Amino acid sequence: MSTRHILLGLLKAGPSHGYDLKRRHDERFPQARPLAYGQVYTTLQRLVRDGLAEVDGTDADGGPERTLYRSTQAGAHELARWAGEIAAPAPFVANEIFAKVVVSILADGDPAAYLRAQRAAHMERMRELTAVKTAPHSDLATVLSADYALNHLDADLRWINTTAARLTHLTAEVDTA
Amino acid sequence: MSNKGDTSAPLLAGRDLVKAHGRTRALCGASVDLRAGEILAVTGTSGSGKSTLLHCLAGIVRPDQGSVAYDGQRLDRLPEKRLSELRRSDFGVVFQFGQLIPELTAFDNVALPLMLAGASRTEARSRAGEWLERFGVLGQQELRPGEMSGGQAQRVSLARALVTGPKVVFADEPTGALDSLASEQVMTALTHTARESGTAVLLITHDAQVAAYADREVRLSDGATVAAEVTA
Repeated sequence: MSTRHILLGLLKAGPSHGYDLKRRHDERFPQARPLAYGQVYTTLQRLVRDGLAEVDGTDADGGPERTLYRSTQAGAHELARWAGEIAAPAPFVANEIFAKVVVSILADGDPAAYLRAQRAAHMERMRELTAVKTAPHSDLATVLSADYALNHLDADLRWINTTAARLTHLTAEVDTA
Repeated sequence: MSNKGDTSAPLLAGRDLVKAHGRTRALCGASVDLRAGEILAVTGTSGSGKSTLLHCLAGIVRPDQGSVAYDGQRLDRLPEKRLSELRRSDFGVVFQFGQLIPELTAFDNVALPLMLAGASRTEARSRAGEWLERFGVLGQQELRPGEMSGGQAQRVSLARALVTGPKVVFADEPTGALDSLASEQVMTALTHTARESGTAVLLITHDAQVAAYADREVRLSDGATVAAEVTA
């Protein structure tokens, strides 16, 4: 995920300081890993260096002084370019689950048992996400985020089911040979 | 509600169920527990025996071997008349295609089971209205099934299944013919209502996203429960 573009998107609402950007990021993307403060400030400095954001004064608001940032015209153009850019339909072949199954087959392990356990873990996570999504008064960002995660977990599950079936057929063929 | 680790006696228990259709064995020793108020998903590939399991547990067909116990009674040994009464009083059923009566309005489809159970027309209409409202389809009350969207018709089917206050609802691929958003509306309505009313649900589905609405999952493979996941 492109943190710099997400911060640019959050700055579109108006000038903001790093602490506020981190808080809004974590609210908007509840299923994502929370942003570290250091990452926020490093990214903001790079945006300024590249002319995509600029300092817009400071804001004390009764507490410590904080630097406010705002998006530049170039930042707005970059955000629009990125938002319209097609993401590569990546083959996802480096996925850890895939790697474990392949290694397990190669090393004469028990890939079927692993797939059953992984499937149960995926289903547990899907139940949690479904509960979050369907809770009364869930906001749109939470629902969209949960939908996204659910659909990706579901894709993993389909692959797990197909692979488990292939392993069963393979074992049956070996047993009857 | 989650029933993980719940050791209370099951409301409905199928044990070592075997059922053949002609020479094809649909169930080969499946065992399932459903606890009061629990939402249980039964998943598996096509032909794994999910629907046959539902039919045995709901007393629609009798298993060739094994037992089905409901609330202390052996369903597989009950005389047909008693079984039929019990299905009407304690069970609700929803299928992939709601199987509403096409000539009746949504309102009359939901009121009908109450009138068959002896409720007056006034009482039946009042309660039918309440349940259509709970499922968000009161505005469609005067429409016939053919005039509603698939999702609306399925929510009417749910209202019909729950209007008599069953202890168990059996839902066989209730969202199988729906798109993802209509499916979400139907599953949210079903699970929220079941949890509110304490109704147990046995949900048959091949769709993991639908199964994720349940408290837990039992997986069938070649007519038998996959042991490692029965107690998940």
